[in-house]
Amino acid sequence: LGLALYAGSLRVASGAAFLYHDYCVIGAGPSGLQAAYFLQQASRDYVVFERSHAPGSFFALYPRHRKLISINKRYTGKSNGEFNLRHDWNSLLSHDRQLLFQRYSRDFFPNADAMVRYLEDFASLLKLRVQYNTAIVHVTLERDGQAWNGHYFLLTDQDRQNYKCSSLLVATGMWVPNVVNFPGSEYVEGYETVSINPEDFAGQTVLILGRGNSAFETAENILGVTNFIHMVSRSRVRLSWATHYVGDLRAINNGLLDTYQLKSLDGLLEGDLEDLAIVKDKKGKLHITLRFYLDNRNTSAGIDSITLPQDELDNFATRAPYDRVIRCLGWKFDFSIYNRSLRMMPGKGNKKKYPQIKPSYESRGTRGLFVLGTASHSVDFRKSAGGFIHGFRYTTRAVHRLLENRHHGVPWPSTVYPITQLTNSIIKRVNEASGLYQMFSVLADIILLRENATAFEYLEEYPVGVLAELEMQTGRKAPNGLFVIIMEYGRNFSGADKDVFYYNRAVGEAQHAWQSNFLHPVIYYYKRLPTEHEMRLRPPDWPLPRPDAVHHIVEDFLTDWTAPNAHILPLRRFLENCLSTDLRNFFAESCFLFAFTRQKLPPFCQQGYVRMQGLVGSEGLRRHAVEAGLLEDYTLADFLGDRPPDSREGSQDQLLRDHAIPVRPLQHLVNAKDE
Amino acid sequence: MPAQKARWVFSFSLLLFCASSIPTQGSARLLQELSPQEYFSSLQAGRASLAYFSHNVSPGAQPFLEQIEHSAEALQDYGVSVVKVNCPKEDVSRYCGKENALRKAYLFRGNMLIREFPTDALFDVNSIVANVLFALLFNEVKYVETLADLQNIENTLKGRSNMVFAYVPATGTAEHRAVMEAAFVYGTVHQFVLTTEAMLLKDTGNGESDASSARLLFCHCQRATDLAQPCRRTAMGQTLTMLNIHRHLKLMGAPLVTEVAEDPEKVSTVHLQLGLPLVFILSQKETYEADRRTAEFVAWQLLGKAGVALLSRDLVDLNILLRSNVALKTPDEGVPIKYLVLEDTDEVIKLVEDKNKVKRIQEDEEENEEDEDEKENNSQDIQDDQVVEAVSRDKKRELPLEQILVLTEETFHSALSETARTVVLFYASWEAVSLAMLRSYTKVADHLKGMQGVLLSRVNCWDWPSVCTAENVTQFPTIKIYKKGERAVMYDGMWGTEELTSFIMLSRVSCPLKLATVDEAERYLRGEFPSELSSYHHTSLLGVFSTATNEARKAFEEAGNILTGHVTTGMYFEDDALALSRKYAVSPPALLLSRSGGQSVEGIALSKQSAQEMVQMIRYELLDVFPEITVQNLPRYLQLRKPFLILFGDGDISQMESKEMLKLAKGGPQQEFVACWLNLKKTPVGRGVLKAYFATVPSLPVLVWVNLHAGGQVFKFPSEQSITETNVLSWLGKLKAGLEIPSSTLSEEDWKPPLPAYDFLQMMETAVPELALHTSHHRRDTSERRPSESPGGDTGVREEPSQETKAEKVGSPGRDLRGTAPRLAAREKQGKRHSEL
Repeated sequence: LGLALYAGSLRVASGAAFLYHDYCVIGAGPSGLQAAYFLQQASRDYVVFERSHAPGSFFALYPRHRKLISINKRYTGKSNGEFNLRHDWNSLLSHDRQLLFQRYSRDFFPNADAMVRYLEDFASLLKLRVQYNTAIVHVTLERDGQAWNGHYFLLTDQDRQNYKCSSLLVATGMWVPNVVNFPGSEYVEGYETVSINPEDFAGQTVLILGRGNSAFETAENILGVTNFIHMVSRSRVRLSWATHYVGDLRAINNGLLDTYQLKSLDGLLEGDLEDLAIVKDKKGKLHITLRFYLDNRNTSAGIDSITLPQDELDNFATRAPYDRVIRCLGWKFDFSIYNRSLRMMPGKGNKKKYPQIKPSYESRGTRGLFVLGTASHSVDFRKSAGGFIHGFRYTTRAVHRLLENRHHGVPWPSTVYPITQLTNSIIKRVNEASGLYQMFSVLADIILLRENATAFEYLEEYPVGVLAELEMQTGRKAPNGLFVIIMEYGRNFSGADKDVFYYNRAVGEAQHAWQSNFLHPVIYYYKRLPTEHEMRLRPPDWPLPRPDAVHHIVEDFLTDWTAPNAHILPLRRFLENCLSTDLRNFFAESCFLFAFTRQKLPPFCQQGYVRMQGLVGSEGLRRHAVEAGLLEDYTLADFLGDRPPDSREGSQDQLLRDHAIPVRPLQHLVNAKDE
Repeated sequence: MPAQKARWVFSFSLLLFCASSIPTQGSARLLQELSPQEYFSSLQAGRASLAYFSHNVSPGAQPFLEQIEHSAEALQDYGVSVVKVNCPKEDVSRYCGKENALRKAYLFRGNMLIREFPTDALFDVNSIVANVLFALLFNEVKYVETLADLQNIENTLKGRSNMVFAYVPATGTAEHRAVMEAAFVYGTVHQFVLTTEAMLLKDTGNGESDASSARLLFCHCQRATDLAQPCRRTAMGQTLTMLNIHRHLKLMGAPLVTEVAEDPEKVSTVHLQLGLPLVFILSQKETYEADRRTAEFVAWQLLGKAGVALLSRDLVDLNILLRSNVALKTPDEGVPIKYLVLEDTDEVIKLVEDKNKVKRIQEDEEENEEDEDEKENNSQDIQDDQVVEAVSRDKKRELPLEQILVLTEETFHSALSETARTVVLFYASWEAVSLAMLRSYTKVADHLKGMQGVLLSRVNCWDWPSVCTAENVTQFPTIKIYKKGERAVMYDGMWGTEELTSFIMLSRVSCPLKLATVDEAERYLRGEFPSELSSYHHTSLLGVFSTATNEARKAFEEAGNILTGHVTTGMYFEDDALALSRKYAVSPPALLLSRSGGQSVEGIALSKQSAQEMVQMIRYELLDVFPEITVQNLPRYLQLRKPFLILFGDGDISQMESKEMLKLAKGGPQQEFVACWLNLKKTPVGRGVLKAYFATVPSLPVLVWVNLHAGGQVFKFPSEQSITETNVLSWLGKLKAGLEIPSSTLSEEDWKPPLPAYDFLQMMETAVPELALHTSHHRRDTSERRPSESPGGDTGVREEPSQETKAEKVGSPGRDLRGTAPRLAAREKQGKRHSEL
C-alpha cells in the first residue's frame, strides 16, 4: 500500500517537470524522520529528501569521539511508557514499542553508531518515504493563488531534478561548522577532521578554541596523553547542572575542569577569538599573540619581528607555545540553499546560527515553511530541549498538528471530560507527560472550559508561544476561560554563575510552592484567551502573560506529584476557586443527603450519583470518613436518644418550632474548618 | 553659641517627649511658687521665664493656672521656667498692683519683659507652648501676611539657605505648637516662615488643599540659583506634628542622592532609619553621568517618600542579574534587597508609592487579621474531601487482592482471550475514587469466588497508560466487561459491591436471550431459566413477538443489549408466540414483566418505538409504584423530576399505612408525585434528612412532602392525623392551594469552593513588584506609549536596549574584552588575572 501511495503521489504537475508532493521534508535525520512518521500516520502525501545514502548522516560522523551525551535510561522503576520517555533522550515517537532506543544500546551514554542503526530501522520498519542520495541544492517560491500558502516551494536537487511542494519542512539540522578567521587561523585544525587517536597527541601541548561539549569531548579524549591543554573561548564555562540546559557542558565531559582546578597544568581562559592571532615559529610551534600587534606591523616580516604579548608582559598566561590548535566552535544552519525570496534570515545575537522562526516553528519570512529539529532551537535556545531529540520529537508533533488543522481541517486532538475529572486529568499529565517535562515552558497542555464549567476539553502539548492564536491554530474554541499547564524551573535558580547546591534549595511546603526551584508544574488560569499584545507585554522571563490566577504544585524530589495533601489538595482548591465551585468527591450517602436537603448538588453528585453512578464505598471507608469528621454517622443517633424522653410533649413542642427553623447548611461538609 | 548647642540636645529629648506626649499629671510640680522679690532676684540673664502674678487664688484664674502648670514641664524642655508669683497683699508694684495685670502672664528673658499674654490666649498647653516659643523665636520665625513678604524672604535666601514655610489656620493650635517646637530646633539651620493667611497657601501652588488644615512646605532655596524662579518645594504629606516635621526636615536635610560603593545590604541611610525605603540606581562607569541624572530626577520625585542611592556596579561585586537596573531596600528587618529590571522612572516612583500604600494598609490591618489569617491558612491544608481522606486513612491496610488478576500492557489482550468474560477495573493508584472502588471490587471478588467463566482483573492506568488510552478510559474508575468475540460493555451503575456483583451476574446471560420453546419462556418468567440465574433473585423481561413484528424485535434486541447487566431480557418469536400472548392477555409485539419469581406478570404493549425509547420505557416500567427509597435507588426516582411524598419510618412501616400509601401511589393515571417510604434502620442517613428539615428527628413515622425540583419546600403531614388516603389527599389539596405553611425550604445555595486557595499571584506580586507593575502597565491603558519611546520624554530615562548592553559589559568580564585591541592590550598590562587573555 505504501508503494501504491508513493507511486500515486509522483504525479507530474501540469506540464512542468515537477514532481509534486503536498509535503516536502528536507533531511532524514531524527526530526525529518519524526515528521515523516506523523505525516505517514495521517496518510499525507509527503516525501523526505536525504542527501546521503542512509538516514542520520550527521551521526555517522559526529560526535567524533562517538559518545552521545543524551541519556539512555533503561530503568526507572516504572512501567509507564510515557513517563519513561522523560528519561529516554534518544527514541523517536512512534506506536512501535520495538523502536525504543534501549533496544539498540545498553549504554547510558550510547555510541553514535547505535543512533545511526536506530534511525535506519526507524525509516525502514515504519516504511517512511525517504528519497536518498538527493541533495536539495536550491529552494525557491512559485507564486500561485491556488496554493495552500499562496505559493509553491520549488526544490532542485543535485541532478537538476525539480520538486514542487505545498508545504516545506526543513529538517536539515545544523551542520556547517563555525569558523573564526584571524591571522594564523590556517594553522587551526577543525573538530570535523582532527584526529581522534590519542596517540597522535602524545607529548603535545594543545590549545582548543571553544567551550562547548565538542571542545570538552575533544579534550577528554586526549587529556591523559598531552603535556597540557588550554581552552579559550569568549564566555565563561556554562555547566548544564547549573543552567539546567542540556546543551551546556555536561558533567560526563568535564574532566578538564578537574585538572584545571587541581592545577594539573590544563587550563581555561576567556577571550575574544577575533582579537587573537597565531604565529608559527621555525620549529613549527604555534604562538599566541594579538591581532593588534600584527596590525601595527608589516606582515611580510618574519616571526622574529612580531611582538608577542610576553615581550611586554613577561608572565603572559599563554606564553608557552602550542603544538596544535583545534577549533571546536559548533555548527550553524545552512542558509545557502534558499532563494532570497524565502527570506530565511539568521537570528539575532547568540541565535544567529539559527534561522528566524516564530514560536509556531514557521519561518518568519515564508508562510508554509516550517523549521524542525535542531535548527528550530531558536525558540528555546539555552532554555529547554527543543534543539535535541528528546525535545524536538514533541515540537515536531506539535507542528504536524498545526498543519493538520491548517490544511486538512483536522482540529488539534482533544478529549472532553466532565468537570469532576479536572483535578485528575491535570495530575495524570503532570506526573507522566514527557513533552511537558522535556519542553518545559515551551509546550503546554491547555484546558478549555465549556460553558458553566460542567465539562472541559483537554489539548496536549500546544506551543505556548502562540497561545494567543489558539483558536485559529487548533480549530478549538476557548470562550469560557482556560487553564494552561506547563512545567517551570524557579526563576533565578538556574544560571552559569548560580550556586545550585545552596542549603534549603528545595521547597517542601505546599504554601510556598511558588518559590519552588526545581522543575515543577505550574497552572495558569485565564478568564479569556490572552491577546497577542498581552503575550508581547508579558513580564520578562515569563513564558506567559499575567494570569487571573496561578498555581504552583510544589516541587517534588521524586517528581511524583500524587500526594493527596501536598499536591492534589492545593491544586483542587485552586481549581475550585477559579471555577467558583466545589470539586470534592462524596460518597453516595452524602449525595443522597444533599439531594433531599439542597436544591443544588455539587458536581461530583450531579455528574455521578444523579446519573446512577454514585460511589457507595465500603463500610470501612465510610468509617474512616466518619472518624475524620467528614461524614456523619446517623446510625449512632439511635443510641444517643436523639428524641426527647417524653415524645408526646416533645413533638408538640416541635410542631411549634418546626415552622420557624430553616434548613441549616451541613456545616461538617460545607466547611471543614468548623470541625 | 551655647543656646544653639542646647537646642540640639533638646531635639532628641524632645522627640522622646513628643513620642510619649501624654501630659504627666502626677509628676513633680515644676511650677515654682515664689514671692516677687525671690522671683526678680532669681532671673538670670538669657534665661526665659513665664510668670503669673496673683494675690491669692482667684476663682476665675483657676483653670488657667491648671493649664500653665501642665505646660511647665513642656516649657522646661525649652529652658523656660514657669513661675507663679504670690503677691503680698500690700504690694502695689507694677505687676502685683494693677488689677488687670493679674489677668496676664508675663514672659521675661533675663529681667527683660518680652511679652505679656492675656490669660485667654493661653487656653491650653498647646497654646501656651506655641505662644511662648513664638515670642521667644521672634527672629528665627518670620511671620508673613502677604505674598510679597514671602517672596522677599525667599529671594534673600536663594543660594544661601533653605526655607520652611508653614501655614496654620490659627495660632495657638497644636500644629502651631509643632511648628514652633521644630523652629526651636531647626531655626538656625533653616529659615522658618509662618502664616495664617490661607491666601498665601493658594499662591504657593497648594490651592487644592483646604485652608482648614495646616500645611508645611520645605523650600529648597539653597540650591536655587535662578532668582526669577521660585524655589523648589516639597510639601509634607503627613499631619503637622513635631515628630512628622522633624522627620520631614531630616529627610530634606539628607543628601539628594547618596553615592554607594559597598554591598547594598550593608548600606544604611537616614531614610531607612526613618522607616522609608531606599532605591538604588545601579550604575557603572560607562553610563555614570546619565545614571546620576536619572537618580537625581527620581530623588526629586521621591523626596520625602524614599531615599535614592547611586550604586556603582564596577566597585561592588553583585551576584545579581545583569539586566537589573534598580534595587529596592525596605526598612523591614530581614527582607532581602530586591533587584528589578524597570523601564522608566515612573515605574520606580510607582513602585515606591505602591509599597508605601501596601505598608500602610498592612499596618492598619495587621493586628486585626493576624490571628484570622493564621487560622485560615492552617485549615487550607486540612483535607476536606471525605473520599480522599477515607482512602488515605485506609492506605496502610493491605487489600485482599489475590482474587483479582493484575493486567499489564503485555498480558491485557491475552487475558481477554482466555476467559469467556473478563471484568476489568481501570483505576489509577493515586486516585481516591478509583481506590475506593478497588475496595468494593475486592468484595465483589469474594462474592463471585468460584464462579466459572468470569475473571476479575484490574489495570493500573498509572502503570499502563497506553492500555487505558487504547480502551478509551477517560475517567477513573472505569469498569468494562469483555466478552470473547463481542464488544465490551461499560459498567454504568452505582460504584458499589452489590450493584456491581448483580451487574456481573446478569451480564453472564446474553441479552436478550432467545427462548426456543413456550416451556422455556414460562420457566424464564419464573426465574428458573437460565440456570445460571436460578439462584439469583431478579426481575425478568420477556419480549413476545410474532414473525411479522420484525422491526419491534430489532429495537428490542438493541434495547436488551443496552440494558445488559441491569435486567435480564429474553424474547420469544416462535410460531406459537400467540399462545403465550393469549395466556398473559397481550397481543404481540408485547413485553411481559415478571417481578419476584413470576408471582405477578405484567403485560405491556409495544408500539413502534426506537431502541432508545424502549430503553426509557423499560426503565420506567421497572420502577416500583411505592418503593422503599434507599441511597442506591434514589437516583432512578429523581429522574422522574417529580415531588416526593415520603413516609419516614423507624423500621418497616405498618401494613395499614403501606396499604393506604399504595392506594395513594396508584391514584391517578398520570401520577404527579413519587410516593415512597424510607426505612431509617436501613437508610440511617434519612435521619440527617429529617434533622435538616425539622432540626431534630420528629416522632416517627412521619409523612413529608418535598418539592425537590421546584421551590424546595418541605411540608409535614400533621402528626395528629392518621395516614389514610383521604386524609393525605385533602392535605395535598391544601398544600396545592397554598394553605399550608412549609416546615422549611431547601437551601438554594450554590456549591462554592469550601476554602480559598493559596494566592500565589499575590505572593509573587509582593515579592516581585515588577509583576504587578507590569500588569498595571498594560491593564491601565494598552495603547499608551511608554515614556521611553516618546520623543519629548527627556526625563533621564534609560531605554531597555542600552541597559542590556551595559549589563552585559559589567556582568561578564569575558565579554568585556570584546572591542578594540588596544583596550585589550591595555587591560592586559594592568590586569593580572590569568583567566583572561
